[in-house]
Amino acid sequence: MTALSSPMHSSASPAAPIAPVIEVRGLRTHFTGETGIIRAVDGVDLHVRAGECLGLVGESGCGKTITALSLVRLVSPPGRIAAGEILYDGRDLVKASEADLLALRGDRISMIFQQPKASLNPVIQIGWQVAELFCHHRGMARRAAWLEAVELLKAVGLPAAERKALAYPHELSGGQAQRVMIAMALALKPRLLIADEPTTALDVTVQAQILHLLRGLCRDFGTALILVTHDLGVVAETADRVAVMYAGQIVETADVVPLFAQPAHPYTRGLLHSMPVQGRRRDRLDAIPGSVPPPGLTMAGCRFAPRCSFAFERCHAEPPPLVGLPDGRQARCWLAIPEPTRSRSHSDDVARPGQPD
Amino acid sequence: MAAFILRRLLVTIPVLAGILFATFLIKALIPTDAVLALYSGKVTEQKAEAAIAAIRAKYDLDKPWYEQFASYAVKVAQGDLGESIRTRRPVADEIGFRYVNTMILTGAALLVAVLVGLTTGIASAYWKGSWIDEAAMAVGIMGISMPAFFFGLVLIYFFGVQLKWLPVIGTGDLRSLILPALTLGLIESAPLSRITRSSMLDVLSQDYIKAARAKGLSEAYIVLRHALPNALLSILTIVGLQIGGLLGGAFIIEVVFGWHGIGELAVKAIGWRDFTITQAIILISACTYVSVNLVVDILYAWADPRINHR
Repeated sequence: MTALSSPMHSSASPAAPIAPVIEVRGLRTHFTGETGIIRAVDGVDLHVRAGECLGLVGESGCGKTITALSLVRLVSPPGRIAAGEILYDGRDLVKASEADLLALRGDRISMIFQQPKASLNPVIQIGWQVAELFCHHRGMARRAAWLEAVELLKAVGLPAAERKALAYPHELSGGQAQRVMIAMALALKPRLLIADEPTTALDVTVQAQILHLLRGLCRDFGTALILVTHDLGVVAETADRVAVMYAGQIVETADVVPLFAQPAHPYTRGLLHSMPVQGRRRDRLDAIPGSVPPPGLTMAGCRFAPRCSFAFERCHAEPPPLVGLPDGRQARCWLAIPEPTRSRSHSDDVARPGQPD
Repeated sequence: MAAFILRRLLVTIPVLAGILFATFLIKALIPTDAVLALYSGKVTEQKAEAAIAAIRAKYDLDKPWYEQFASYAVKVAQGDLGESIRTRRPVADEIGFRYVNTMILTGAALLVAVLVGLTTGIASAYWKGSWIDEAAMAVGIMGISMPAFFFGLVLIYFFGVQLKWLPVIGTGDLRSLILPALTLGLIESAPLSRITRSSMLDVLSQDYIKAARAKGLSEAYIVLRHALPNALLSILTIVGLQIGGLLGGAFIIEVVFGWHGIGELAVKAIGWRDFTITQAIILISACTYVSVNLVVDILYAWADPRINHR
């Protein structure tokens, strides 16, 4: 495993605990439909520091993509952020004006999407799609922006960048298109990059190259990276810290090594067991029984309880809080809570010191 | 690209040959004998036989059809459209200035249609479901269902008769162009607006628009620079087809507004049973339509990088 958190690579000071680039508190993103309110993101807390990579993991439909889009306020109606704070640079982005958000997006906070080829405009030369960022956010002249874009395309390892800059997206392979997306996302050295399934649409052979590039550039620029994925292999390879999402909530957060070594939440354990492991032969992969509860459903107890082989009465009756464990980890499970605490009634979430906006 | 244009030009040759043959057949399709039509009531019985035979010989009407067609094709190729049966002047002279007038009217109408159609279409797509969208929809349905000549009369009544802002009948200057161009253009802008709306809605839901928003680009820039060029690809095809509608509509509108174009002349020529003029007008309109669509195809290939130019 290469993903050990190694401060030597980080451009930020490794000594004191660094203030997070972005801190999300109690984020709730709701979709109002004909059948009622769907709580796609239901009380998510997370933070990420400069140069750090946070893996946001979960099955399809767990709300990880909506969480990612919420961070830059790009959830399209009928979705809306119903509650919570997204603190960036002392500002709450939930309350930020559209003009402020336009200035941040693509400049300080950028995104990479799952389908690189579909995310590039089919009728604009890729060089311009990169260069327009310099024109737009830096007020550069077209010629200078173009040269800058070509340099950037070289930096992300696009072969024959001068010529390829004139190409249209359909002339690129998926891997090349994702390199262009990475160039766009990191063009202005953002403080936060949110990558939503950046390698899912790519060939396995290309995946590792792209992840390596992404991680390397983020370290160089001190850019915090939120890597949204369903692929634990990608997380193991890339992330420093992991947040596991289930049914709109975070069920476990931990540094990547302890998480893989000793998952605290039965769901995380299930995910790990359903992953093939090299060098270990198994006739069948274990699957988590059942399926993700439909997002409209309100449940009395733990959302994972119906699928959990460790569930007991309390799990079905009372939702467990996200509790801090001794080693700085967090888990949302009654079994993870140390005995003395378990008997006490808990508030809904981990207690945090109140901070002004 | 040059090879693409050349190949596209070659494809139009059989189309033009087909048009030529169709216009040639018009002579056979008119309900009366052209020569009799020309001479009805003007000559005495005795002279008629000889005169008719002479005319038939002059217009090759006594030869088999394929010889007639061959000589017709050769003449057209030489730019000789024959002479008007009624005025005995060369058809080209009768048509020339009127063709220019019709092109001015159609061009102005196209400008109106594109400006109004694209603007309302883009606005309805962007503010989907808003009052702008609803209003554009209501007006659009009116435009699609209302016959052009009726709309023309309504405009004449308001702007010509009631407000007296504009001349009600063609005087040849630009002021008399406004009403017919508005009539024709607004009618054609209705379907264009609907197409633009659906095309823009499709484009605005694409991933690359979301990606453009994530880049922090302004909404106006995203709509005009990222979305519109993609939507234009499908709009362009429709515009090509609509020019056919404009040419057809111009025939009626020219009569309503007394605009001296080929449409007005065609309606008169049919009444006169002047088949050489009718033939020539149909031929020239069809060729215009083919050329316009050729241009649209080339524009399309130029605008869409995904089309292979080889």
